[in-house]
Amino acid sequence: MKYAFSFLAVIALVLIAWLGSQIPGMQYLFGVAIPYLAIMIFLGGFVYRVVQWAKSPVPFSIPTTCGQGVSLDFIKQDKLDCPTKTSEVVARMFLEIFMFRSLFRNTKSELHEGPKITYESSKWLWIFALLFHYSFLVIIVRHMRLFLNPVPAWLQFLDFMDAGAALQVGAPLLYASDLVLVLGVVLLFSRRLINRQVRYISLANDYFPLFLIFAIATTGILMRYFLRTNIDIISIKELAVGLVTFSPVISAKIGSIFYIHIFLVSTLLIYFPYSKLMHMGGVFMSPTRNMKNDSRAKRHINPWNDPTIKPHSYAGYEDEFREFMVDAGIPVEKELPPKKDDE
Amino acid sequence: MALAKLEQLSKSVVQGPSLATGAQPTKDWMDTPAIFKEGNFAYPAKVEKVEYLDSQDGIDFPNAREWSPDEDDWKLPEGWEKIILDGLKERLDKFRSLKIFMDCCVRCGACADKCHFFLGTGDPKNMPVLRAELLRSVYRNDFTLAGKLFGKMAGGREMTVGVLKEWFMYSYQCTECRRCSVFCPYGIDTAEVTMMLRELLHLVGVGINWILEPASNSNRTGNHMGLQPHTFKDNVDFLAEDVESLTGVKINHSFNRKGAEVLFITPSADVFAEPGLYTAMGYLALFEQIGLDYTWSTYASEGGNFGLFTNNELMKKLNAKMYAEAKRLGVKYIIGGECGHMWRVVHQYMDTMNGPADFMEVPKSPITGTVFNNAKSSKMIHISEFTADLIKHGKIKFDPSRNANVMPTYHDSCNPARAMGLMDEPRYILDHVVPKWVEMPENTIREQTFCCGSGTGLNTDEIMELRMRAGLPRANAVKHVIDKHDVNMLSCVCAIDRATLTSLMDYWNPGCGVCGLSELVGNALIMDNEKRAMGYDAEGNESELPDGLRTMV
Repeated sequence: MKYAFSFLAVIALVLIAWLGSQIPGMQYLFGVAIPYLAIMIFLGGFVYRVVQWAKSPVPFSIPTTCGQGVSLDFIKQDKLDCPTKTSEVVARMFLEIFMFRSLFRNTKSELHEGPKITYESSKWLWIFALLFHYSFLVIIVRHMRLFLNPVPAWLQFLDFMDAGAALQVGAPLLYASDLVLVLGVVLLFSRRLINRQVRYISLANDYFPLFLIFAIATTGILMRYFLRTNIDIISIKELAVGLVTFSPVISAKIGSIFYIHIFLVSTLLIYFPYSKLMHMGGVFMSPTRNMKNDSRAKRHINPWNDPTIKPHSYAGYEDEFREFMVDAGIPVEKELPPKKDDE
Repeated sequence: MALAKLEQLSKSVVQGPSLATGAQPTKDWMDTPAIFKEGNFAYPAKVEKVEYLDSQDGIDFPNAREWSPDEDDWKLPEGWEKIILDGLKERLDKFRSLKIFMDCCVRCGACADKCHFFLGTGDPKNMPVLRAELLRSVYRNDFTLAGKLFGKMAGGREMTVGVLKEWFMYSYQCTECRRCSVFCPYGIDTAEVTMMLRELLHLVGVGINWILEPASNSNRTGNHMGLQPHTFKDNVDFLAEDVESLTGVKINHSFNRKGAEVLFITPSADVFAEPGLYTAMGYLALFEQIGLDYTWSTYASEGGNFGLFTNNELMKKLNAKMYAEAKRLGVKYIIGGECGHMWRVVHQYMDTMNGPADFMEVPKSPITGTVFNNAKSSKMIHISEFTADLIKHGKIKFDPSRNANVMPTYHDSCNPARAMGLMDEPRYILDHVVPKWVEMPENTIREQTFCCGSGTGLNTDEIMELRMRAGLPRANAVKHVIDKHDVNMLSCVCAIDRATLTSLMDYWNPGCGVCGLSELVGNALIMDNEKRAMGYDAEGNESELPDGLRTMV
């Protein structure tokens, strides 16, 4: 029950923040100290991991070519899937990172009597992933509103669009991104349970971030729509602006739900660099995607290439087989020594 | 072990309780040990082969001994765990791909049903993601903070004999075909993982004979088959005579000739066994017709490179013969024959490992004047590139009706497709040399092509059932076009394919032949001053031999 463990871990985190933040004086720990620590670990850890990756060289040019390569004039190159120029690689990477293009290719295979294997396009994972990642991104960007004073116009516009403000009346406005994120998490989680293959490969490491993000989204939604009377948005904004200007002020008016929310977010930030969530950085650095397919046109250098590895020498080869070679009329470098009988 | 009857295996792949067909394993994969029994493993390398390789400069193949996977004691060396973990550390520092592929997988499962071994066996550990987890779990345990703190809870596990046995089983149920890497959102390439697993296993003396014997042959005699220079020459001479018997044109070819313009290197299987022989005849006929100034080499008489299936050092050592021979003979550039993994090495590794090839010139077709800028550094071009260019410029003439009794489809070999991007040149050639050909379904060709199921040195008979299972997705796609379009020939540009697809077709689709593309080229080629051998067609009328080159030998 790998998901049960992850679920309990998240419950424990919620309880820690809930109970902890009630203890007088601990608000500073949950509202200021831990968030600072989390940001530091996140940034430091993220950079550390990327530097660690970068330290290992890419010894060979190993792009996965997913289309026709550059060849003769009359053969049309697939510039996106078999790039040879930097601009083409950038385009490939852009679509990979922003549109999850490889997932778009996904198919589902089925074995039928016969045997007969069928493949059909399966876009569910691609859709779920897009819903999840983009709503998360919008929410993160939208949160900048809390840290910036005054709120820039573009951010207000994003907020306006996200809430579909033109279509809604009353306050607080409902954000589309909130709904979509929760939906995305639920879909990704359900997929882990329902898809037999994915269920079998899933580890606690896979369930934990889903539960954690679900809890973050839930506490955020509770705070905004349901427990609004308990909290003071002005105080939270003061704290947020204070955090980014290194002069944080804790107000007594901030309710527990906020501390739970920010504690979970801090946990996510701390967990990030040590987990699979680093795919966010790794996707930029994957050699099968970010390299040009030009390894015959331009020599790729391997820093640890060992020049002392030589082939079994031709001289050694000829020494072993010279007699046969001469007999067969194959040219040799060194003629056979004159035979004794001939003397 | 006798190979299961077609009916049995057909039922077994569909109805057998496997993850591919609907059953959910009850035990966690970490608690499911690998069990070896006759038929599910390739035989270990012979002592003398391992000793020979170990004795060669620049490469290490330690711990030569008699052992068998189905025995409990694998006779691993003292302190083998440390050897493996140190080896892993070294490789993490040498390969960014390994680090990133260990760290980034989110287990989304997109790769799960993309593997031909998974589709054919239903074994969960043949899902590319789990194959990588076999290594990743050890990596987590010993090289990540989360693993060190939380151990099994974080998906880590200790390196044990059981884990090592699992590595052996599943790194030899992967053909490094890269199909999964097409679908992975981070481009995680299981070929990289399998290569590392195999390298690590060799550190403790765990390897298979079907790979190490050809590799040691290749080192000593120049080719996998172990053909000595005079035998290699004899074989090619016979093929040249056969071409002459069919076409009436004398073939002028040479060996180890200094000053030739071009060095031609193809997998030795092409001069050794059917149906590769016909492909080699095709090369001979083509080069004769255009009057190419070229030479074969007995020293560099192997295009393939089984070193690729062992470790980087041996791959480099074997490959180095190509440039060494080109330099010795003073050729201007190299043309390479039809082969899959050979072209992985030539396209993605050779120039890096053994370049720069600054003693040669940028390949330029002496017939058309076309300069092959796509190979301007490595100085080696693919026969399909060379041939397609000749056709485009109208320098060779064909009578496609000479291939009228074949209805081919085209199998993209894994490496030319996914590690080179060679897809349309062969198709362009096919368009000109046969009256008609058809494609297999789109999810089974080009970058989504399915492996023959026996690549990376797995084309050995003792694992025939595994091979037939792993080849099922390919065979099934062929069956589709056999049923729909009466296809009777599976054409390809890979020497391993020519051997393995033949077994695969004989099993799943009897009656469907396998051929190299250059065979079809040679068959349809109109040669100057030709006098084709005559025979009788199906109606008993005198005609050109309907089977062309296949009538020979």
